Amino acid sequence: MKNLPLLFCGIFFALAFSFTGLILTSHIQLGSLTQTTETLEATDDLDENGMPVMVMSEGEPLYPASPVGLAQQGKEIYISMGCIYCHSQQVRRNEFGADIERSWGPRQTVARDYILQERVLLGTMRTGPDLAHLGGRYAGDAGRDWNHLHLYNPQIVSKGSTMPPFAFLYDVRKIDGKPSEEALTFPPNSEYAPEAGYEVVPTRRAKALVEYLLSLKINYSLPEAPILE
Amino acid sequence: MLTDQKQGPYSSTSEAVRMELSQIDASIRSAALFFVISAIAWLMMGTVFALLVAVKAHEPNFASSFEFLTFGRVRSAHLNAMALGWASNIIFAVGLWIMARLCRAPIHHKGILFIAGVFWNLGLTVGIFGILRGDITSVEWLEIPKYATPLLAISYALIGVWGVMAFRFRKGAHVYVSQWYILAALFWFPWLYVVAQVMIIWFPARGVVQSVTNWWFAHNVLGLWFTPMALATAYYLIPKVLGRPIYSYYLSVLGFWSLAIFYNWAGIHHLIGGPIPVWLISAGIVASVMMVIPVVVVGINHHMSVAGLHKEVWRSPTLRFVVFGAISYTLVSLIGSAMALRTVNEITHFTHFTVGHAHHGVYAFFTMIMFGGVYYMMPRLLKREWPSSFLIKLHFWACALGITIMIVALQVGGWIQGLEMNNAEIPFLEVVQNTIPWLKARSVSGLFLTVGHIAFAANFFWMLFAAGAVRAKQGPTLLDSNEGGTA
Repeated sequence: MKNLPLLFCGIFFALAFSFTGLILTSHIQLGSLTQTTETLEATDDLDENGMPVMVMSEGEPLYPASPVGLAQQGKEIYISMGCIYCHSQQVRRNEFGADIERSWGPRQTVARDYILQERVLLGTMRTGPDLAHLGGRYAGDAGRDWNHLHLYNPQIVSKGSTMPPFAFLYDVRKIDGKPSEEALTFPPNSEYAPEAGYEVVPTRRAKALVEYLLSLKINYSLPEAPILE
Repeated sequence: MLTDQKQGPYSSTSEAVRMELSQIDASIRSAALFFVISAIAWLMMGTVFALLVAVKAHEPNFASSFEFLTFGRVRSAHLNAMALGWASNIIFAVGLWIMARLCRAPIHHKGILFIAGVFWNLGLTVGIFGILRGDITSVEWLEIPKYATPLLAISYALIGVWGVMAFRFRKGAHVYVSQWYILAALFWFPWLYVVAQVMIIWFPARGVVQSVTNWWFAHNVLGLWFTPMALATAYYLIPKVLGRPIYSYYLSVLGFWSLAIFYNWAGIHHLIGGPIPVWLISAGIVASVMMVIPVVVVGINHHMSVAGLHKEVWRSPTLRFVVFGAISYTLVSLIGSAMALRTVNEITHFTHFTVGHAHHGVYAFFTMIMFGGVYYMMPRLLKREWPSSFLIKLHFWACALGITIMIVALQVGGWIQGLEMNNAEIPFLEVVQNTIPWLKARSVSGLFLTVGHIAFAANFFWMLFAAGAVRAKQGPTLLDSNEGGTA
């Protein structure tokens, strides 16, 4: 090959082509997505195809909801522990994989579900289960307790799991007077329970992480992805 | 004797040509040596990380009380040590050396190249420490924390520009296929890296645009950085060692341009079924399938270039590795195209199958070819021969067997994992437990690779510290016989 300007142009345009096609175009298509209500209402106006123009229902809450407080800090812990390397956060549509059948979410996730996330953690590995809807599967105080025990040592509630224990996020300390309200409640005769007179309490990082995990919920519809009963 | 058949511009017995190559080698010696030593140091470091994660994958309690050794961090330390430490350093060494030789342009101001190399490795060291202490970004292939990446980008710019400079001051009208690949890769990699850093880390794009950018980048590290460099090395070494030109010039043109056009669209197949517009996924699948063209074309070209000379290939340390890598390229790419099909991807996505596939590409293809490159380059840089043919054979067999065991274990295990995961009647915990035997086989394969790497490093440092000086008089170190020929 002797035509060097052609070589340079080819090298440049080859990558410019996919950069434009994949990156810039998806930015144009998705970069302006905003929160919306669960359903839209038809108006009397018609669009260019003769279909009614749809608008958001007034007074309805907007989704996806903004993340709040401790859960937001917990995401930093999720990131720094590298949870993404074994857990995805995306639900595939029905009939493609068994995500919905496994109760990993009530519907498939779509681009709009992720718009408020400063770092998107879709993940590409399911050494462990998908976590997009973890907070829906383990809700409330029972869910909180389960997640703390599971993080402290997965074998307590999930015997045979290959997830490593995150015991370093917990303090094992001597009970001084009254036991802490935050102390983990182990199942009876658990071999992982601390010695008598000791208790296991979550550090601030563990509390934040569990709040984050509980905040992962697909409990709302979107116009393009309704939850079907 | 093969040497009598040598002809063409790439292989010559003429004193003048050899003298010129010798001068070019001398001009790049110190920088190339620095990059090779760094690469081998990172290879060993990355191997230690790899063994740790391999064992942790089936023994979750192993070293679990140390936060900095938690699976997600060590795994990422392994990936970055291998991708930016081993692979990129060896690219800088072998790629720049081949570029300088083909351009017949000695490297000037090599001090700056050397310093840029020091900073690259410094930035990487800071980055890996950052990952282990918890500043990991959790963006795949971009785990290195924000405070280390600008240093990497700047030192890359200073290193990469050397290849372009060599090209700018080249002599002779003809530009060989290896030069196209190296020039393109030197230009593509910084573009990919800067766009990914800006759009994901520094000024995060909205939602899943980040994920699209992430996989455009990550797949192209393999496709537009490792792959062209390994192909350039194979294209350079096969005619060099065998003393006859590449089979077809036109096939190499077709192979280059079809790779340039299709590969960079393919990465989206990592998001099949994901929350992104379906047209993006379809574009990724089409490009992945179109990759069959460059792969088959390069495969035919390489195969025809070595056809009939299998004995010479097997005898040469360089070509034994290079041909193993070239065959792996065909296999891994065809499997990759198949994995992009929706029906196959539904099973393999999210499983260890993909991990096996990644090692098939980066190790069985790229790394094996680069080992071949080092076996060819070092005697010419040092004017010494490899001290031990036994260690080379050990290196080859341990790595060839090790990586084969790993790929088979992860892909068979991963396929089963995928089938079971898609059957909601099988409890998830059971799916996990059924992967354990395959993950144990992966750990065994890691031991093989470790043995290979130790043999390689031992031979290398033995050679570096002059033990091979005497052998230079007897001719090159070959693996089968003493009939003569090129290593």
